[in-house]
Amino acid sequence: MKKLLMTGVAGLALTAHMGAAQVNEDAAMGGSMIVTYKDDVATLDPAIGYDWQNWSMIKSLFDGLMDYEPGTTTLRNELASEYTISEVGTVHTFKLKDGITFHNGREITAEDVKYSLERTTNPETRSPGAGFFGMIEGFDSWNAGEGDGLSGVKVIDDKTVEITLSRPDATFGHVMALNFASIVPKEAVEASGEDFGREPVGSGAFKLAEWSPGQRVVFERFEDYHRENLPKLDQITFEIGLEPTVALLRLQQGQADIPGDGIPPAQFLQVMGDPAQSENVIEGGQLHTGYITLNTQMAPFDNVDVRKAVNMAINKDRIVKIINGRAVPANQPLPPTMPGYADDYEGYAYDPAKAQEMLAEAGFPDGFKTELFVMNVDPNPRIAQAIQQDLKEIGITAEIRSLAQANVIAAGGEADQAPMIWSGGMAWIADFPDPSNFYGPILGCSGAVQGGWNWAWYCNEDLDARAAEADAMTGEENAQARLDAWRQIYLDVMADAPWVPVFNEQRFTLTSDAIGGDDSLFVDPVHIPVHYDYVYSKDAQ
Amino acid sequence: MQAYLVRRLLESALILLGITLVTFILLYLVPADPARQIAGRSATAETVQNIRDQLGLNDPFFVQYWRYLTSLLQGDMGRSYLQRAEVSELIAARLPASLLLMVAAIVTELILGLTIGIVAALRRNRPADHGLMIFSFVSISAPQFVIGILLLYVFAVQLGWFPIGGYGTFAHIVLPAITLGFLGAGWYSRMMRSSMIDVLGQDFVRTAHAKGLGKARIVLRHVIPNAILPIIAMIGIDIGLFMSGIVVVESVFGWPGIGQLAWQAIQRVDIPVIMGVTMVSATAIVLGNLLADLVAPLIDPRIKTK
Repeated sequence: MKKLLMTGVAGLALTAHMGAAQVNEDAAMGGSMIVTYKDDVATLDPAIGYDWQNWSMIKSLFDGLMDYEPGTTTLRNELASEYTISEVGTVHTFKLKDGITFHNGREITAEDVKYSLERTTNPETRSPGAGFFGMIEGFDSWNAGEGDGLSGVKVIDDKTVEITLSRPDATFGHVMALNFASIVPKEAVEASGEDFGREPVGSGAFKLAEWSPGQRVVFERFEDYHRENLPKLDQITFEIGLEPTVALLRLQQGQADIPGDGIPPAQFLQVMGDPAQSENVIEGGQLHTGYITLNTQMAPFDNVDVRKAVNMAINKDRIVKIINGRAVPANQPLPPTMPGYADDYEGYAYDPAKAQEMLAEAGFPDGFKTELFVMNVDPNPRIAQAIQQDLKEIGITAEIRSLAQANVIAAGGEADQAPMIWSGGMAWIADFPDPSNFYGPILGCSGAVQGGWNWAWYCNEDLDARAAEADAMTGEENAQARLDAWRQIYLDVMADAPWVPVFNEQRFTLTSDAIGGDDSLFVDPVHIPVHYDYVYSKDAQ
Repeated sequence: MQAYLVRRLLESALILLGITLVTFILLYLVPADPARQIAGRSATAETVQNIRDQLGLNDPFFVQYWRYLTSLLQGDMGRSYLQRAEVSELIAARLPASLLLMVAAIVTELILGLTIGIVAALRRNRPADHGLMIFSFVSISAPQFVIGILLLYVFAVQLGWFPIGGYGTFAHIVLPAITLGFLGAGWYSRMMRSSMIDVLGQDFVRTAHAKGLGKARIVLRHVIPNAILPIIAMIGIDIGLFMSGIVVVESVFGWPGIGQLAWQAIQRVDIPVIMGVTMVSATAIVLGNLLADLVAPLIDPRIKTK
């Protein structure tokens, strides 16, 4: 049986349903597994690694003060034993657990927390994650290369660190759960210098045992890990350089346990059609939305009615069929698994006749000519063709500009280059499970700048103000009100229609018969492809 | 000979210099901004600017090029933008695997190509010849990706004779070497066939027949050694062909060579790595050609160095 998890469930209900209770924490330890990847691991430095492949590997090598309950989007303390937030929401105090050590055996202290945060935000580190810490007091000057550290981060004693924010920010707990906030030992970083990404030392459930470039990366259990009875596996071997097709052959021959790059599109139907294999496929939601951006500063997409008409012209069901049903149609920026998703919102239903009518009323009875930018890797050009046909139906002639990823990104970052972009292959996947993460860079005014990611060049200052207000609503008691505020923000975005939300990709994780664990571990919203610390070997049971 | 060698070496150095310039210009003109790739999507414009400053990407083209060239001459290829490791180390870690695969592929294509060419020439215009030439035609035109997957499926998955991709033992190298050597085998078989036919028609072969020598002796002692000469000189030129094939073959078989490294670097606009791999492959091709030109007169005195 194919197992269906987390689809179409509102975020909050979801977190409530999926507590840690479902994860079998008592499973016996031991055994090993093989995960395959096509690309070599870029780096295992938590301040630098920022692709979906090394993201969860780093999560297993390093710990931050905060993390998530496995398989859920619920925050929990990780290295912190206590986390308190002041009344006004600007002073966050963390107490470290006692007796936790790095892989090199040294005990972790509050100084390490300060060092790690300052390292990530130091401009010389060139961390892609530095911007997440903008709410910490003193960030602006430190990140500009002035002063001698983050003035907002104070070491109170060996085990206590107090972080002062320049504004209350409800997302700060999530930010401290990002890999970029991982605690690293200063002496190891300084010994390795720029090579720390190849010689990582953290405090996570696994430590690095071997790295042969282009061949394999091996993780080994960290015996002094701060959580009891974890990790489940003794060893994880990442076999590098295997095409997804070849990886699948290995798995079928019992020589691999998880194809890290997923099931190759060409073999998807074959795998799903074979009961022996589809039984080992776990389907789940993903914090992902694929969308078409309509450049609101370029005619004729500066006309809201034109944007709405385009929204009604796209046959999303057909696009989902093109990718063999590996997604669900979307009608709003947030994916269904994200807290704040509006379950009852209907969006712009597919109605080409009405779309054509609206287009005529907007002054384009004969349509117009435009360009659709797309990344040149399958299935994106095929999806672009479907969009092209849909647009043709209402009289819009879109020429497809199929380019390498970096070139599409470059075009999107210019105000007058790309009237429409299909986001496939570059679409937004949340950094952390909070609705605010789908706004700033891709829909807020701050992203509508040269080189930004707001490719619709949509800037609504009223919404920006409301977004800032929502993020200032800290504390448990405000959580629901805050989610409601965010839900309304995204519905108001849709009223302006800067995007055509097309689909939310689903995850289909295939495993061998030898690996066990709760289904939620295989579609964990934060760990892709699986939660390495918690899955177990069936042979060891 | 010495003057010739010096001239050729100087020429090679100039060609390599030209390649650095052309590659650098191309990478400079690519609209993608490496600083944005490094900065990530949450970065502010200032952060991106700051990274550009640190990497010296804001300097004028010739300043950047001069800086690269002077470090290159001191043996410093810089650090990867994304992996942060020394480019020379990244390449050094992968070059042995690529060279090994290349040598294995040359052996494969020679054995396959020469054998087929010889048999075809001896059976000229008979069914065996036609069959073998169709085979060589297919091997020249078939995409290496398809051949690789096909070989994997039949010999590794179905028959289980070889491992399914990877690196380490002799068994690992067989399928990738055949895949890579397959294309060359097609070329060599055609060349060997026509070269053999040429030699078979020569007067000295007729003389040998007239002397009453056995057919096997004529072919082995007189025809093949003469026919093979022009082929040997081709091997150096092959290296260029391999450099392009190696990207595909390494990715199918998970072979940890520089092709794999190049592919990933291009995807991520990792300019120092792209430059480094380009320089190493260009050097290999230039040296290969030079070697071919130097070896040719040694094995065939009729060819003179000019």
